[in-house]
Amino acid sequence: MNDAIRKVVMPKWGLSMATGKITEWIAAEGDDVAGGADLAEIDTDKIAGTLESADEGVLRRVVAEVGEDVPVGATIALIAPPEVPDADIEEAARLARAELDSGEVEEAAGPETGTVTVDGRTLAYATLGAGEETLVLVHGYGGDKNSWLFVQEPLAESRTVHAFDLPGHGESSKDVGDGSLDTLAGAVLGFLAEKGIERAHLAGHSLGGAVVAAAAAAEPGRVASLTLVAPAGFGTEINAGYLRGFAEATSRRELRPHLGALFADSAQVTRKLADDLMKYKRLDGVDTALRTLLGTLLDGDAPGIDAAPLLAKAGVPVTVVWGREDEVLPVSNAGALPDPGAVRVVEGAGHMVHMEKPNAVVAAFE
Amino acid sequence: MARTISYREAINEALAQEMERDGSVIVMGEDNAGGAGGSGAEDAWGGVLGVTKGLYHRFPGRVLDTPISESAFVGAAIGAATRGMRPVAELMFIDFMGVCFDQIFNQAAKFRYMFGGKAQTPVVIRTMYGAGLRAAAQHSQALYPIFTHIPGLKVAVPSSPYEAKGLLIQSIRDNDPVIFCEHKALYDATGDVPEDSYTIPFGEANVVRDGDDVTVVAIGRMVSVAEEAAKALSSSGIEVEIVDPRTTSPLDTETILESVENTGRLVVVDEASPRCNLATDISALVAREAFGSLRAPVEMVTAPHTPVPFSDALEDLYIPDAQRVANAVKSVAEWKR
Repeated sequence: MNDAIRKVVMPKWGLSMATGKITEWIAAEGDDVAGGADLAEIDTDKIAGTLESADEGVLRRVVAEVGEDVPVGATIALIAPPEVPDADIEEAARLARAELDSGEVEEAAGPETGTVTVDGRTLAYATLGAGEETLVLVHGYGGDKNSWLFVQEPLAESRTVHAFDLPGHGESSKDVGDGSLDTLAGAVLGFLAEKGIERAHLAGHSLGGAVVAAAAAAEPGRVASLTLVAPAGFGTEINAGYLRGFAEATSRRELRPHLGALFADSAQVTRKLADDLMKYKRLDGVDTALRTLLGTLLDGDAPGIDAAPLLAKAGVPVTVVWGREDEVLPVSNAGALPDPGAVRVVEGAGHMVHMEKPNAVVAAFE
Repeated sequence: MARTISYREAINEALAQEMERDGSVIVMGEDNAGGAGGSGAEDAWGGVLGVTKGLYHRFPGRVLDTPISESAFVGAAIGAATRGMRPVAELMFIDFMGVCFDQIFNQAAKFRYMFGGKAQTPVVIRTMYGAGLRAAAQHSQALYPIFTHIPGLKVAVPSSPYEAKGLLIQSIRDNDPVIFCEHKALYDATGDVPEDSYTIPFGEANVVRDGDDVTVVAIGRMVSVAEEAAKALSSSGIEVEIVDPRTTSPLDTETILESVENTGRLVVVDEASPRCNLATDISALVAREAFGSLRAPVEMVTAPHTPVPFSDALEDLYIPDAQRVANAVKSVAEWKR
C-alpha cells in the first residue's frame, strides 16, 4: 500500500469493546481533515462517542457504512494527501473492504493490563502508549479505569498512559480502609513506586481530582503536573443527593434516575451503563467501600474535602477542566481555585466531561 | 476481573467461593464422589454432569456423597439447615423431586410460617431441568412452575453464566429454601463472569435487550432462544424487548408491566408444559394489571401438553425454538382487530 495513505480504524474504547457501529459520518469524502477533527459518531454497546482524526489530509474514502457492525481495529476510512493517485486509494479501499467482509480483522493491540500490590491491596491498571512522559489517570467515585475510554487512546499517542482502579473500585481490592484522602493518595503514590515511575503527570476526575492533589501535596517531587477534571474539594457546592442515591441504590430501577445527574445529555444514560454499574455495585465489598468513601466526600450535605491547601502545598502546574452543566460538582465551585480565570469550562458537558466531550479534555493536556 | 467461563464453571465457582467464605456451607448429592467410600472418590466425578468436580478434595468432609434416596438426603439437608448449616443439595434431575415432595413442600416451605418466624431453613436444592439431552420423559421436564406455586419457596432459573453465579451465591446466603433450576443444555454456554463474589437480588428481572415493539418475557434457557429470534426480527424492522425474570418466585412484576406498558404487546416463552406454567401466570398478570396498555392479544410459546418425547425428531419439535418465537412476535406485532 502507498505509505502516504493513513488508515482510520475502529477504535477500542474500553477493554470489553469488540465491535462498534458508525451512526453518522461527520466528515465526508473529499473533506480536508485536520488532526483532532471530528470524523464520525460511533456507538458501542456501552456508550456513544465521537471519533477524532489522528492524521491530517483529505478524507479520500469512507470504507465502512453507517449502521454496519465493525470489529475493533478494522479500517473504516482512508486519509491521504491530495497527490496520492486515485488508483492507489481504490486498491487500499478494496483490501480494506475485503478484510471487513471476511470478518478476519486482527484486533488492534488493546491496553496492557496488570496489577500491583500496595498496602496489601491489589490495584488493577491498564496501560497504553510508550511515550517518554508518563501520565496516570485517576477516576472518580464509583467509576473505574474504563471511564477514561475516550481519552486514554489519544493521550497515549505521545505518552505512556496508565489508568488505574482506586481501592474499592473496578478490579482493585474492595477494601478502602478508612477511606480517607490520604489512603487513596497513598494508593496513587504506591502505584508509581511499584511501577518504578519516578515522576509522572497526574490527572484526576471528581474524587480522583482531590486524590491526585493530595498525592502531589504529599510528594511534590514526583508529580510533574496536575490536570483536574471537575475535581472534588473546591468550593461549597456538592450534590449530596446524587452521591447518596448512587451509594444506596440496590437495583437498576433505583440507580438509573440518579445517573442523569452525570451528563448534560441524559441520552448518555443507557441501560448498559446502568447495568454495568449495578454489576459493579453487586460485588462483595463494594457497598461498604462506597459508604465509607461517602464519609470522605460529604460532611453532612456539604463537601467533606478541602483540596485548595493541597494545591498550594504541591506547587506544581495545574490545569482545570469543568463541564458547564455539571450537576454533581457545579462549575461555580471553580471560583475557589487559585486561578479561576484559567479554568477551561466546557460547553455542553456535565460531570462526565471526559466521556461527553473527550476532545476538550485531551486538549487540556496540549 | 471478568473473564469468559461456562455456566458449569460459574456454578462451581459460586459453590467454591461460598464454601471458602462460610464454613457452614456444605454440598450433598448423588455421585459427587462417584459413590461414597468407593474408589470413585479418587477421581471425584462431581455429580452426573460434573458441576461440583474438584470440590470433594478441596473441601474435605464437606462434600457428601449420598445414596440414591432423595427423600433421605434432601430431608437431611433441610434438617441440617434448620440447625444452622447452609447445605446445598444436588437433586440430579428435577423429575425426581416427586420422591421428596413432602420434605420440600410440607416441611422446608412451611417451617418459617408454622413456627411463627422462629425457624429458618437456608437450604438450596440445585437441580437440572429441561429437554434437549435425549434423556426421555423422566429426565427432561421443566418443572419450575410447580415450585413457583408453593408459598415459602424461592425459585431461581438462571439463563447465563453471570446469572448462575450471582443467583447461586444469593441462594446460599438467603435464609429461605431455594430451588435452583439449572438447564442441562446450558452447562457449556459461556459468558463474562466477574472473578469476585457477587449476588443478584431475587425478584429483580434483567432487561436483556431494549425494544419498543414487542415485550418477550423468557425463562431460563428460553432467554437465548428469544435473543436469537430478536436478532432475526430486528432485520425485518421489529424491535423486541426481552425480559428475563431470573427468579420465578419472587417475580419482578414491575419490570414486566413497565415493559408491556411501553410496547403494548406481550409474548411469553416458557419451556414448561402449557397448563399452569409461567406463561399462563405472566399472561394473567398482564391481562389484569396492564389491560389498558395491550394493543394485541397475549401470545404464549410453550412446549405442547405431552411428556417429553424420546424420539430425537419429536424432542426437537417439542422444545420452543427461535422460529416459533419469531412467528408469535410477528403475529402480535401485525395483529389487527
